[in-house]
Amino acid sequence: MTHFFNVFGIWLGAAFTFAIFSFLYKDNPFYKVAEQIFVGLSAGYWFIYTIFNILIPNLFLPLSTDFAANWIKLIPAFLGVLMLMRLVPNAEWMSRYPIALLIGTTSGLAFLRYLKSDVINQITATMINPFVGNNWVTVVGQILLVVGTITGVIYFYFSKKHEGAFGVSAKIGIYFLMVSFGAAFGYTAMARVSLLIGRLQFLLGDWLGIISP
Amino acid sequence: MAAKTLDRRWIFLFLFIGVALPLIFVIGLPIETTENVRAVYQMVEDTPAGSTVLISFDYDPASKPELHPMGRALLQHCFEKDLKVVITALWPMGVMMANDILDDLQPSYPNKVYGQDYVNMGFKAGGMVTIQAMGKHFKGIYTTDSNGTPVENIPMMKHIDNFENIAFVISLSAGAPGVKEWVQVAGDTYGRQVSSGVTGVSVSSVMPYVNEQKQLTGLLAGLKGAAEYEYLIGHPGTATSGMDAQSLAHLIIIIFIIIGNITYWRNKKKQKKEV
Repeated sequence: MTHFFNVFGIWLGAAFTFAIFSFLYKDNPFYKVAEQIFVGLSAGYWFIYTIFNILIPNLFLPLSTDFAANWIKLIPAFLGVLMLMRLVPNAEWMSRYPIALLIGTTSGLAFLRYLKSDVINQITATMINPFVGNNWVTVVGQILLVVGTITGVIYFYFSKKHEGAFGVSAKIGIYFLMVSFGAAFGYTAMARVSLLIGRLQFLLGDWLGIISP
Repeated sequence: MAAKTLDRRWIFLFLFIGVALPLIFVIGLPIETTENVRAVYQMVEDTPAGSTVLISFDYDPASKPELHPMGRALLQHCFEKDLKVVITALWPMGVMMANDILDDLQPSYPNKVYGQDYVNMGFKAGGMVTIQAMGKHFKGIYTTDSNGTPVENIPMMKHIDNFENIAFVISLSAGAPGVKEWVQVAGDTYGRQVSSGVTGVSVSSVMPYVNEQKQLTGLLAGLKGAAEYEYLIGHPGTATSGMDAQSLAHLIIIIFIIIGNITYWRNKKKQKKEV
């Protein structure tokens, strides 16, 4: 029976893959059916997953086994219920309290972390002697890092007109930005092709058995 | 005169064939390793046998083609180096992704025992807050593993209290929460060595963490990174077999970009003449 369901699952997977790929030719009912089944299944899966993996182990189980030690969990549970009040037009205002608490706490926690990791450490990593390195490739790389960082920041400084030496620096900054956008695009293309490779490895390997999976 | 355009479906067809053919008829193009991948490999190599390491599966099936081969290669490497692996997940489906690899690897590593050599602690919601709680008291946030076994009954978890007992952290990350949170908390706050494998889309935003400050120790970037790692550990897998297809697809994209640019300039020239 397990084997039957494995084979059935692979055929179903192949059928849905073709249904989704068919959109590349043009929009059609097969694509629409596959898309809607995917959205419906995902929503249903998430709903059940949240109940069994978040609510039951973190709230219902602790409260039912040792209420005295876990009564404090009622506070986040109450805030969760308040969040759902968005669905009730007359009581919508109640949801603002948990949202405010959530945003405030997240901002407070994230502020220090981002300041350290994304500002201080990043700036420190750029404050280097670019001419010290084991080989010329490292030295050139370090010079580009320092020049690219400074000119890139200059480009985003809009309180002074971009003219003269300042304008030239901003222009160099644009070139660095363009190179970084190009690199990001290249990686994105690689990621999308990787997804196609993954699907084709499934179709040619698991489904047709032409290649070893 | 209207500009000449190519029906985009031709591009899709070329790409489809260009990716499918090398998967069937393997070319075996050489794989060059990069410094960032070698840094991750060296980090695992330099960790003494018996140390406990943490691998976080922060992705779902949508990123499986890129991150699954990395997870598989890293686990193989850790098992071969006799490292004890604690698996966590900041994404709910990460638990299943890890189990899928562990089930696959079990026949090749029959001496590795669940609970003694590796453990899947499962998913915890909260991202950054969860990592912060792990740094203070690991067992406070993970009271059971993903099967519901109490943490006190798992032999390899007995001496794990916080990040002090973890040699390094690797996040296989497809977005948020993921590598950023691990760098910010486990790395920059608790001083643990952090490394990562990420999808191609996120490479450019994660790469700045590979710097003089060693916020990240190396980085596995997309399918290429996974293939390089497979090459270094000597276990070619799905990433290696996909690299021929990847290279040919890139070649096709480059050719179409060149054709597109030539056509654009020719059309522009013609329009100028007509004016």
